[in-house]
Amino acid sequence: MSTLKPKHQRLVLVVIALVALVAAGLLAAWALRSQASYFYVPEQMVAEPPAPDRAVRLGGMVEEGSIRTLPDGVTVAFVVGDGKARVPVRFAGILPDLFVEGSGVVAEGRLGPDGTFLADNLLAKHDENYVPRELQEMTEHQKREVVAETEEGA
Amino acid sequence: MRWWWWIPLLLFAGFLGVAAYQLTQPKDDLVPSAMVGKPLPEFELPPAAEGTSGVSTADLKGGKPRLLNVWASWCLPCIAEAPQLERLKQEGVEIVGIAIRDRPEDVAAFLARHGNPYARIGADDLSQVQLAIGSSGVPETFVIDGEGVIRYQHIGDIRAEHVPLLLEKLREAGK
Amino acid sequence: MIAELGLAALWLAAALAALQLYAGTRALRPGGEAVAALVRPAAVVQGLACAIGFVMLLWLFAITDLSVKLVAANSHSAKPMIFKLAGAWGNHEGSMLLWVAVMALSGALIALIERRLPEKTMLATLAAQAFVGLGFYAFLIVSSNPFERLPQPAAEGLGLNPLLQDIGLAFHPPTLYFGYVGLSVAFSFAVGALLTRQVTPEFARVMRPWVLGAWVFLTLGITAGSYWAYYELGWGGWWFWDPVENASLMPWLAATALLHSASVLAARDALRAWTIMLGVVAFSMSMVGTFLVRSGILTSVHAFAVDPERGSFILVLLTLYIGGALALFALRAGTVTEGQRFSITSREGALVFNNVMLSAVLAIVLFGTLYPLLTEAFDVRVSVGPPYFNPMGAIFVVPMLLVMTVGPLLRWRGDSIGRIQRPLILIAVIMLAALVAALALGEAGVLPLLGLALAVGLAVASFLPLRGRRLTRVPLAVWGMVIAHFGLAVALFGMASESAFSEERLAAIAVGDTARVGPWDVTLSEVLPAAGPNWTAIEGHLLASYAGGDPIALDPQSRSFWAPPQETTESALATRWNGQLYAVVGSDAGAGRWQLRLWWKPFVTFIWYGGMLVALGGALALIGRVIDDLRRRAVRARIAERRAEEAV
Repeated sequence: MSTLKPKHQRLVLVVIALVALVAAGLLAAWALRSQASYFYVPEQMVAEPPAPDRAVRLGGMVEEGSIRTLPDGVTVAFVVGDGKARVPVRFAGILPDLFVEGSGVVAEGRLGPDGTFLADNLLAKHDENYVPRELQEMTEHQKREVVAETEEGA
Repeated sequence: MRWWWWIPLLLFAGFLGVAAYQLTQPKDDLVPSAMVGKPLPEFELPPAAEGTSGVSTADLKGGKPRLLNVWASWCLPCIAEAPQLERLKQEGVEIVGIAIRDRPEDVAAFLARHGNPYARIGADDLSQVQLAIGSSGVPETFVIDGEGVIRYQHIGDIRAEHVPLLLEKLREAGK
Repeated sequence: MIAELGLAALWLAAALAALQLYAGTRALRPGGEAVAALVRPAAVVQGLACAIGFVMLLWLFAITDLSVKLVAANSHSAKPMIFKLAGAWGNHEGSMLLWVAVMALSGALIALIERRLPEKTMLATLAAQAFVGLGFYAFLIVSSNPFERLPQPAAEGLGLNPLLQDIGLAFHPPTLYFGYVGLSVAFSFAVGALLTRQVTPEFARVMRPWVLGAWVFLTLGITAGSYWAYYELGWGGWWFWDPVENASLMPWLAATALLHSASVLAARDALRAWTIMLGVVAFSMSMVGTFLVRSGILTSVHAFAVDPERGSFILVLLTLYIGGALALFALRAGTVTEGQRFSITSREGALVFNNVMLSAVLAIVLFGTLYPLLTEAFDVRVSVGPPYFNPMGAIFVVPMLLVMTVGPLLRWRGDSIGRIQRPLILIAVIMLAALVAALALGEAGVLPLLGLALAVGLAVASFLPLRGRRLTRVPLAVWGMVIAHFGLAVALFGMASESAFSEERLAAIAVGDTARVGPWDVTLSEVLPAAGPNWTAIEGHLLASYAGGDPIALDPQSRSFWAPPQETTESALATRWNGQLYAVVGSDAGAGRWQLRLWWKPFVTFIWYGGMLVALGGALALIGRVIDDLRRRAVRARIAERRAEEAV
């Protein structure tokens, strides 16, 4: 292959870069619309349920007295509520630190056909200790705390 | 000059716009109590340490407005707000404390080190009263009027700039 | 007294930075020769003053001066000395001071030794460096003063939390800061070159060591951060596409592109404007990352000092630095004359392809990270995770890796595919064989299979540039490239193998029972309470045996802390050469059983070994380049001497 014509090389390079970046941008925009996982509170999830196989997140409070370990010993069932609606949730795995009844939780997963939310992952919300600005820093404790501090329900 | 050299700057300006907009949005992760404006629930707590007295609903209904401070000795921000509580006490405010999941010896050590602005301190070992008054963390401070009604909730530590605000709220509650 | 000295040193450094900025910009205009002589000394003294400021802070932490707010909030008299010192940068103010101190010292170093560029370009570079520094000084002095005194000295510090005393956590953040500093130096060089329109191969050679150094630190930082998340979070994953992780990945992607385009500029005098652009982008990404992480506008599984006020300050700095540089770029880039031309089939062509693909990946990661911000403006909350990042990234990474296998074999300027036909066929055959072997081993997704094939092909291909050469005479920089490319193949192999062949077992078993995961038999021998200074725990004692071999003891814990109350999961790992067994113990499952989560992750450790190899390659290349520069400098000095003698 011969060298490109002098006048055009920079133009060609700029066009290649632009095309690649625009392609990346368009792909990203398209994929983000279909792949971003939306955040639901129980009220929304009951009113307008997401498509059954779509990955979403559900945030709310773990209802008092609702946590049950199923006979297999590793699946946990509980109810997430926001005072207006209740969604039953099922999760197989080690419960996260700080996951207790009456606490906030964000469940990542999908809504099953029977209206039970099947969680792949649970993040417990925890704001036990308000940290003032002066003392706030990247401490191990906060790292763990913010593991819990994902977005709270709107 | 070619137009395409300006593309990076335009993209960056777009990012700045979104970022600046998001920064100005209040990031309100705090959970306000649904109990503001309602009377305190009935409770009775034992003293949290030797030398203090316990707290019951009746203690918060004596005609004048008070501050109800929810704290714990294991909570760092509570240390940060101790000087502000002291100042409020010097302004003549009666402060009632509720220590959350604490041990008497820790409470005593905390008071010895950081001062004791409390008229009385109740021990809430299971966070029952804390949850009942709609507090989801420590420290939180409530303004209670003379009838035992929750009038205002302050979430997080009290910093120096919050003291006048709390005094103002107490004055309003006293009217 | 020490705190006041430190603050005075900071003010002095800020004043010198202002002088450096003034003199540097004045010297660019006619009649500025008088002040030009001030620039280099100002940079040197500024570096010293700022370093003294940081040493004062270290000293305050060493003696635990509790009248200083930062010390009182982050230290404790009973801490071991190493953690007292690490406490100095384990917080927002101290880390900013460390950052600016390293940056000022870098500026001093350039001012002292760098004489290869035209003097005006150097002055402009040092002025740009001073401009960046000045912003940080203002940030420190105005809104994050590390030397602030308390009205009353504290009785004791608040930083005794034993959890804070983690040696990895103490040294992980500075690694990333060093990377950011290196990129800020590259940024200053780019701005200096733009201001004086001197975008030359010499400029690329001068900038390259800083980019290489930054890249090594960033690589190490990302590798360490990934391993930390892997063992600490107890979720079994090693990368979560979390905003904090992306914030460290984006500068790395940009730095990788910059590294390669700077090589083209240095060797062939092409890609001038593009290299400048990347120099600006790489530093922008580290600033954008810092902004996203510290302003708290994105939520993350990693915690940081979150403060909107600081966020605003960083955003203002970002606007000044990056907006200014991009505006300058828009005005000047057109006047940077076009460099040498090359054919598409050439080393340059391959590197351009690599650059475009890396930029596309950067765009994908950046959009994905910022997307939640965008939707939140419309009150829709979303999170973006692996279902987006993995396939979208792969679309651009896979072609890049393919070209990466052949790129180093191509000649500069122009080449033909025919010349490298044989290695090409060899690589293709190896990849196909690897693909078939992986298919035979078991079911796996498309991406992991592709990854395995590419990793094996790339591992072999990375050594091909050495063929037909006397190994003792291969320059260090080439060794660096070979090792870094091989390291990438190793890391890729680990990633693909982890995702293709991991086995997971979630079980509730009683004491004495055995669970099987992959080739491992894991027996729960007992469950005991354990205790530490401020925690209690349930500790599972496991005996794990690989394919019936001798059992290895593993003790994962589920810990409860009481001050403040919280629970954490401590994973336990059994490492073999061919992978890791990862065990987490959960809570009581009822009926005398305990929850146990086990993973067998074949070759997962290759991810981090690969990362370390990549960093090693970068370090070798850096050493090679620096030695070359020193040699050239010596030769030049000798020539100058001889000329002087002849003149006499």
